[in-house]
Formats: sequence, C-alpha cells, structure tokens
Amino acid sequence: MSQNKKDDVTGVETTGHEWDGIEELNNPLPRWWLWTFYATIAWGVVYTILFPAWPLVNSATAGVLNWSTRGQVAERIAAVDEARAGIEARLVETDLAAIPEDEELHSYAVNAGAAVFRTHCSQCHGSGAQGAKGYPNLLDDAWLWGGARDEIAYTVRHGIRNEDDPDARYSQMPAFGDILADEEIATLVDHVQGMAQGGDPAAGPGGELYQANCAACHGETGAGMREVGAPNLTDAIWLYGGDTETLTETITNARFGVMPAWGLRLDEADVRAVATYVHQLGGGEETAPE
Amino acid sequence: MSDTQLYAAREPIFPRRVSGRFRRLKWAILIVTLGIYYVTPWIRWDRGPALPDQAVLVDMANRRFYFFWIEIWSHEFYFVAGLLIMAGLGLFLFTSALGRVWCGYACPQTVWTDLYLAVERWVEGDRNARLRLHKAPWTAHKWRLRLTKWAIWLAIGLATGGAWVFYFTDAPTLLRDIVTLNAAPVAYLTIAILTATTFVFGGFMREQVCIYMCPWPRIQGAMMEEDTLTVAYRDWRGEPRGKGLRRRKAAAQAEEVAAPEAVTRAAGPQIGGRAPVIPMPGVPNTTTGAYDAATPGDCIDCNACVNVCPMGIDIRDGQQLACITCALCIDACDEVMEKIGKPRGLIDYLALSDAPRERAGGTPRAAWRHLIRPRNALYLALWSLVGAGLVFALFIRSEIEMTVAPVRNPTFVTLSDGTIRNTYDIRLRNKQGEPRDFALSLVSEADLAIELEGLEGTITEVPADTQRLQRVYVTAAPGSEAATSAETALRFWAEDIASGERAHRDTVFNGQEN
Repeated sequence: MSQNKKDDVTGVETTGHEWDGIEELNNPLPRWWLWTFYATIAWGVVYTILFPAWPLVNSATAGVLNWSTRGQVAERIAAVDEARAGIEARLVETDLAAIPEDEELHSYAVNAGAAVFRTHCSQCHGSGAQGAKGYPNLLDDAWLWGGARDEIAYTVRHGIRNEDDPDARYSQMPAFGDILADEEIATLVDHVQGMAQGGDPAAGPGGELYQANCAACHGETGAGMREVGAPNLTDAIWLYGGDTETLTETITNARFGVMPAWGLRLDEADVRAVATYVHQLGGGEETAPE
Repeated sequence: MSDTQLYAAREPIFPRRVSGRFRRLKWAILIVTLGIYYVTPWIRWDRGPALPDQAVLVDMANRRFYFFWIEIWSHEFYFVAGLLIMAGLGLFLFTSALGRVWCGYACPQTVWTDLYLAVERWVEGDRNARLRLHKAPWTAHKWRLRLTKWAIWLAIGLATGGAWVFYFTDAPTLLRDIVTLNAAPVAYLTIAILTATTFVFGGFMREQVCIYMCPWPRIQGAMMEEDTLTVAYRDWRGEPRGKGLRRRKAAAQAEEVAAPEAVTRAAGPQIGGRAPVIPMPGVPNTTTGAYDAATPGDCIDCNACVNVCPMGIDIRDGQQLACITCALCIDACDEVMEKIGKPRGLIDYLALSDAPRERAGGTPRAAWRHLIRPRNALYLALWSLVGAGLVFALFIRSEIEMTVAPVRNPTFVTLSDGTIRNTYDIRLRNKQGEPRDFALSLVSEADLAIELEGLEGTITEVPADTQRLQRVYVTAAPGSEAATSAETALRFWAEDIASGERAHRDTVFNGQEN
C-alpha cells in the first residue's frame, strides 16, 4: 500500500484525494462503527438465506423459512375468521327479531352488515342506501316486499325476479300498451297522479279503468300489495317517477326490476347481518302492517 | 502499511469525590428526579369503578392519558403538543440564561451517571483507589469488586427499565405478572432494552454519550450569548499558575518554536474522551505565556478541578463542547481556595461579558443581574403564554363533549306520507367512571320533531369511559316551511340528566326546495 502524505496541521494521513487544493483526511472510524458495519453485512447474508430475496426468472428464492407476505395475509385472515366464529354462529342461530336485544350481537351485525352493504349493495342502492330511479330507497318507510327483518332477509337471500333461485320473489306487471288504447293510458296516468294527491280511486272514467285493470294487484284503494311486490300508489314515493312521461312509460311497457339472490353468494351470517343493517337505516318495520 | 489506526480507545475517567454547595444541589436534584421517576407509577387515584386508579397512566390501547384529576383523550392531543412546546421554550429560556444547566443537573444521562459513579465510589473507593484498581491485574479481589459494582449497576438498570413500563399499565398488576412470567413480551423487551442502555450508558459510555451521541451540545452552543451564565475560569486572576512556573515558562518558549504541534493539540481529531478545546473569544491562550510570569496568580495548579470532572476536561482551557457545566469544579476549587486563604470563585458561574470588564479591574457582577435580559424575558413570556393557554383550555373544556354530523348522503329522505326526514350522527363522550344519561332535544324556529334511532323517547345512555354514536332523526311535516326550504337552522341540546349540565351544537335541516 502506498504511503500517502501526512497533513501538516493535524498530523493525520490523507486519502490522497484532492479537489482544488482541499485534501481529504483519513481519520479513523470508531470501532463500534466498524463492528456495526460488519454486523449489517452478516445480517444481510443471513436474511437472504432465511427470507425470499434473490430474483430468479419467474419468481425469487423462497428462503429457508418459506415465509411470504401472501402466506402471512392468509394466516391473518384465518385468525380473524377464527376469532369471529363464535359471534357469527350466534348471528346464524339467533332469531332475527331477537337480535336487537343482544347489544353486542346487534352492534356486530350492523357493522358487518354495513361492510357487506358497501361491497355488494351500494352499486344499485347507493352508498347511503338512498336508491336511484328503479332501485328502491332503503331509508324511507315504504317497502315493496316487506320491511320486517325476516322479510328483508328473505329478499336478500333469494333476490327478486331472479331465475337462478326458484324461491326468488316474483311478479310481473302486464305491459298495458298491448291491452289499452293510448287515450285510456293517458286517462289512467291522470287518475293515478290524482290518487297520489288523495283523489278517490274509484271516481270517474280513470277510476273505472283503474278498478278493472290495476286494482287486482295495487288494491282497490291503491295501497299496493306486498305479496306481489305491487307499490303503494297513494304515497309520496315513486320508484321510477311520478311525472306524466315516466308513468306513461311504466304503464305502457311495464317494469321488471331484478335483484340478485345473495344467498347463492354470501353466507347466512352475512345475509342476516346486511338485513339487520338495512332494517335499522330508518324505515325498518317490527311486524308487517295489517 | 499505513500507520493510521482504525480505532482509538476511550480514556477512562475517574472523577474524585467532592463536596460543596453545587454537589449538594446535585444530590438533591438526583433524589427528587429519580424519586419522581420511580414512585409516580405507584400513586393511586380513585376515578370510579370503570376507570384505572393509577394517578399517572398512559393507556396506549384505549388512547387515554391520565394525570391525577386530568384525563386526556387522543382528540385532545394538543395538550401534549402544548406541553412539548413549553418544554422546548423552557430549554431555550434555561439555555439562554444559564447555559447547559439541563446537561449539568437534570439530564437523565447526567443523573444516572452520577448515581452509577456514587456506586462505583462506594464499591471501589475514591479516585486514587480506582486508578490503582484499573491498572491492577485481574486478581480475585479485582473480580470481586468489579462484579459487585456491575451487579449493583445492573439492579439499578433493571429498576429503571422496570419503572418505565409501569407508566403504561396498572403497576401492581404488571409487577405481579412480570414476576410470575405472565406479562406481555413487549414489557420484558422494554425492560431488557432500558436495562441494557442504562447499564451501558451510565456505566461505560458516560461522557461519550454527551460528546458523540447527543446533538444538544451543538444546538446549545448556538443558543448562548455574551450574558449567558456558564462555568468558567477567571484566568486573569489565576494565571500564571503558582506551581511549576519556571517549567511552564520553558515550555511556552518551546511551544513558540514548535507551533504546529500546539495547533495539533488544540484542533486535531479528538477521539477517545477529549473534545476539541474551543477557546473563549477575548481570553488569551493560557499556554502561550501571555501573563507576567513574575507574579503568580491564584491558581496553584493543584488539578482539583480536573480530577473531579466527570467529563475529564480542564475547565482552565476555556469553554468547550465537552463541558456539561455540572459545576463540580467550582466546588473543588472553592475548597482549595478556602484552604490557602484566597477568595472563592476562581472557577465560577461567569458570563462571557464578564471577562473584559473584570480584566480591566472591574468588580465581579452579581450572577442574577445577567439573568434579566430582554431575550430571557421574551422566552419567559412565551413560555407563560403557552402555559396559561393550556390551563385556560383545560378549564373551559366542556363537561359534555358532543359533536353533531349531519348525514349528507342523502341530505333528506321523503317518507311515504310526504314527511321530510334528516338524519344526524350525534357523538357523546363520557369520560366518567359511571354511565351517564343524556336527554337530547332540539330548538328551532321551524316546527321540527326529534326521534332517536332504536330508542323510545329522547334519553340515551352513554356507558362509562366511552363514546356513543347515536343516530337522530329530525322530521318536518309534509308541505311545512322547513320541509320546503333548502336550509333551516336548528340547535341540538344535550343535557346530563343527573347533573343538569347542558351543551349545544348548531346545525341545519335540509328540505326539498320546490
């Protein structure tokens, strides 16, 4: 090794590097620093042996411990599932109507149901459950097929007009464009709009048409019929809209709203959780009204 | 081969025992600070059945901080931030006024090193005995003394690490769990790490921590000014030193010839316990013989100040980075001055501005007069302002903590009879140890009705030490003014049924504007 020159002022050897007359001193390192440095090298070697490290063509060395981030995630998910197994079992066993009596279970069901809702339901019903045209608002007190916990759970489990599930809720409104003349439909639209404002369901020519064609499902008073999912025509809520144009389209072509049968894709605990969640959004019914 | 060493060993320091007013002050501070540290977790404070009864507790899991009658939740972290700002300003104030007084008296590194030195002195004897023991071969006697010392150090370290974990969970329970090996692994790990750092920092690294690891000496140097009090040597009174006058004179002449070496000593790379000497401006270099060699000064060169120094430095070289201003050299020198019948204060708390005046024959200025300066007053004012603000904030903290968040998705819901409904998330906090009932009501110029989700009536119970989210529905009758206007002001009231305390929040009701 070549002998570098010593700095006059400090008496320390220089590294021989020089920039514009400024020379670098070769001061010693503290021993603890050196040993720490060596330790990091040793650590690095051990680490690459134990853990996935060296990139290969299509993968990387797996490491002696066979550890992976994916495996860790699977482990943690399994641990969470295991921790929840007890309360999930309770959720499945408990009668839906009795869930609110168990504060812990109710809180769990509502929070789990909220997560299920955001994942699977919010695409149609909206993140705030406020619905959209053709997709019912779940916050209000109007229910097409029933707003008790059991009824909501049934709707979630089997869906609506869903061919994959024979138990799905099913009904079909006729397309009156094939049955009634255009003027008759116009009269009927007028009459239905009047009913929503409190008009007599049987009065006038519109009343006659209504009683003959619509009352079978929507009821003589227009209050709807939940057995067939027929909406109440006398309240302030419209599923597709209450203006003349929309109503004309509804009566002429009919509607065919569908909902997936979530029982085919979610487990029973999730179905019950989301039913509990929807029920407590502000419109849930304790028992179906007479 | 290069003759450059990769490593330079620490030169051990054996501070001599000293007594005097600063030593007594340091003992007092040591006892008080360590006493507070070790005893605090064991103080009990009754807060009711649902809350911990430990006076000072940092509950990480539940994000609660308990300090006697004060309880701080995570959303009130600004109290902690305020305390940190006060701590910062306090350090500015003390550094500006008294230099590195924190380092010398209150820094844990100083306090624990002091305690470890006391143990060392008790086991192995004073400076000379320790020096002899250091040089002695490893006999059974030396082993016995060393092992005794290390065992006591380790016990102190263990107590230090042990006391720390007690601040984070119920102390008596944790102690039982630790002894029966049932405590959480993190508790053992924390104790092990703190035991090791205390043992190594206090027993072996000592002044190296201050010189190499701590940034504070560098920061503080920038915060001092001419009137900052710091430990200094009255060279105008002490020089030339009484002992070895002739020898020093010869050395001074020799140094003039070999000047490069002298510079080397002052500014060379300092490794192993000796930090660079930074001479005070305006103080003549004492090694160059600028004083009249004929009339000896007060310093008799007894080296008492060097022997007692825990940093192993010579204060007579001037102010320097390694000096933590522990003032033990003042005690040591005063003792000697008294013995030889000279006035005390050859080494003293001095400000830089004292040097020229005293050198010109001026009388020493009282130390406290240095403290009254605009800068100190400003720091004190800022410090007090933040402190007063915190106390004020603590007292105006509402007993009822309520937040109201209107649900905006959607802003309103039309019910089947045409009623317009708004939903609000009301969060109520109960910091007390018992459940509290709150009655919720609303006040508005419009005719609005209130309903609580899942409850009959308007009373909601918030369990002890929790926050409750209560969803509240407010409805306006079909066609009413509130139902048909975009915004209607309303105010929610929450009333603690038991105490009658009330709190309110203002918000708006959204209707369907036609």
